[in-house]
Amino acid sequence: MQARLSVIALSVATVFALSACGPKEEPKPVAAAPDAKPEVVVKLGHVAPMTGPQAHLGKDNENGAVLAIEELNAQGMEIGGAKVKFELINEDDGADPKQGAIVAQKLVDAKVNGVIGHLNSGTTIPASKMYFDAGIPQVSGSATNPKYTQQGFKTAFRVMANDIQQGLALGEFAAKQGVKTVAIVDDRTAYGQGLADEFKKAAEAAGIKVVATEYTTDKATDFKAILTKIKSTKAELIFFGGMDAQGGPLAKQAKQLGVKALFLGGDGVCTPEFMKLGGEAAEGNYCSLPGSPLEKLANGPAFKEKFTKRFNAEIQLYAPYVYDAVWVVAEAMKRADSVEPAKYLAEIGKTKRDGVTAQIAFDEFGDLKGGAISMYKYTDGKLEYVETLGGGAVATAGSEVKEAVAEVKDAAKAVAGAATAVGKEAVSDVKDAAKAAAEAGKDAVKAGAEAVKNAADATKAAVDKK
Amino acid sequence: MDIFLQQIVNGLVQGSIYALVALGYTMVYGIMGLINFAHGEVVMIGTLVTITVAGTLIKAGMPVAVAGLAGMMAAVLVCMALGWALERVAYRPLRNAPRLTPLITAIGMSIVLQNLAMMVWGRNYLTFPSFLPNMDFELAGAHFTAIQVIIVLVSAATMGALLLLVYRTKLGMAMRATAQNPAVASLMGVNINRVIAAAFVIGSALGAVAGVMVGAYYEIAHYQMGFMLGLKAFTAAVLGGIGNLAGAMLGGILLGIIEALGAGYIGDLTGGFLGSHYQDIFAFVVLIVVLMFKPSGLFGEKSGDRA
Repeated sequence: MQARLSVIALSVATVFALSACGPKEEPKPVAAAPDAKPEVVVKLGHVAPMTGPQAHLGKDNENGAVLAIEELNAQGMEIGGAKVKFELINEDDGADPKQGAIVAQKLVDAKVNGVIGHLNSGTTIPASKMYFDAGIPQVSGSATNPKYTQQGFKTAFRVMANDIQQGLALGEFAAKQGVKTVAIVDDRTAYGQGLADEFKKAAEAAGIKVVATEYTTDKATDFKAILTKIKSTKAELIFFGGMDAQGGPLAKQAKQLGVKALFLGGDGVCTPEFMKLGGEAAEGNYCSLPGSPLEKLANGPAFKEKFTKRFNAEIQLYAPYVYDAVWVVAEAMKRADSVEPAKYLAEIGKTKRDGVTAQIAFDEFGDLKGGAISMYKYTDGKLEYVETLGGGAVATAGSEVKEAVAEVKDAAKAVAGAATAVGKEAVSDVKDAAKAAAEAGKDAVKAGAEAVKNAADATKAAVDKK
Repeated sequence: MDIFLQQIVNGLVQGSIYALVALGYTMVYGIMGLINFAHGEVVMIGTLVTITVAGTLIKAGMPVAVAGLAGMMAAVLVCMALGWALERVAYRPLRNAPRLTPLITAIGMSIVLQNLAMMVWGRNYLTFPSFLPNMDFELAGAHFTAIQVIIVLVSAATMGALLLLVYRTKLGMAMRATAQNPAVASLMGVNINRVIAAAFVIGSALGAVAGVMVGAYYEIAHYQMGFMLGLKAFTAAVLGGIGNLAGAMLGGILLGIIEALGAGYIGDLTGGFLGSHYQDIFAFVVLIVVLMFKPSGLFGEKSGDRA
């Protein structure tokens, strides 16, 4: 499916590239030219669905980007001796992979300096190839499908934990609620399917039985047929991989059908919109969001206030992440003292930003380092913070792995103690090792356990050396 | 067995809504031979108007049931005006144009209405006020709510009223005459323009009622909700035999049931090869099969009693 998608994307791209080779193209040098121009325009592409069922989330993303751009321009950043004016080029991909590839080509042709987005994994993944080919750095605030950064594209980054981490946390959380059976529903998008698959692995590893797997689409409104089937399995929990526009009605229709199962979902349903649509049916259920709650982070509350004041709207979901993504790009440009993609790309990887959603730093794949996952409960029409589940890569497979991971954790603690002397690098190294170890553990419990133990030993050895 | 029954109930409710919308397509087609692709959008506007009017009245302290009825009346009136305007602005000037032209105009109007609705009501999902207390019943293992019962009853009553209008009134007779032969009907003193306008206005009123039902059922509305609904209803109309009133009703109900059963059992029947997300293909598979084997639809197109 993925291969076919990218083939489509490519052919669309070719057609577009051909048609774009018309005579009207006038290459505008946007690079910093310190002696000639006093002001340099930096074009940042932003892509999200502005039409269709997820248009409300797209608008929210755009608001996040606009806020960051306005702040940057008010601040008057200077790069390469020239004053920089940031300009946002908004494109609508309608949450549709085909459309995503078309607008990606459009941005490539417009020679943007960087891309923020896209919103959906399904559109981000095919588009990322085109940005990579054009050498344009891309930072997504919301594409959580692991594949996005696993394609080996140096230009692809995300400021949010991926679905492997989130799926694990959700599986772990479900087990903690004492749930024995679960029905899984996903919307067959790259995001929904990816999250549901990761959740399934984690849930099964934690001893939960998957009694039904049903599918819907990201445009559906009627879920009675699949819910009727789920009802007959008497599942204790319904896990939904998808977005709020389907999740809300799904929860509501489940209640109307007399289904008594709990509801659990990922970031796509962790929105005010979900509660509006789900009504009473949302109450008492849980969802997860990558990162820590805004209230818990140093810059979070200030951002919330700024956002509400500027747009007179509630934050839906990804606006703070997108806001961070814009700043990550701008700061990388500043550090590289250049707005040219080829020059500042390397600096993105070195980001260390005290963001509004997390301490942002990237691993070698462009994933967020140590992405935490927070759980929320729908209470009285609000999202109530429950707890934050570690770096996401813990307690996954059997108890053996858990023990082994605990060893690694101890090692990590030991390192953390020594970190005052060695420096913070060591901590993140160990964390990565732990992550890798837990990854391995997931595939085969026993083999994984050994691998983790080895990793733990290796880590210890490394610690000793340091 | 109780799952089967439940799926039938699900399908019946969904099908009643399809049937109401399908009537709007079939009436216009019967008289003018035109497929009004903007009809789905009329339904959407009906839902959104109800939300606005009923929401405002509820906020003003009116009892929920009264506000709901007022919202529905407002929706019906607005949609009737919209249907009339559509015919006057988009279709009447093209009455003697080639058949493809009004079809393209219809698609254009559908896009225009969607975007207008997006500008007026915004991109966000809107929640439909709940008119009824959440009552549910169990019958022979099937679970259903008060709103489902009401949807089926209202649809049946509306369709009954339409049949009376078409077969028992002078306007209905004029409609049937126009459907048979517009030129001859106009020689007999039938005002064709008025009859066609009436078909649009009545079809849109039915659409508005359907819109209120959809809203009340799912308690959710969005400016793009009309598109898929319109497509499904059109399929239902073709299934029953487009241009035929009874055909549209039965086609709608049949399609609803086929969809519910299809989504419920496709996974088991294909051993998991096709999942329940293929729910939407049933409508179109049915459409293709009908067009291949019985192009005139299940109930044929007896030009004598189309309306």
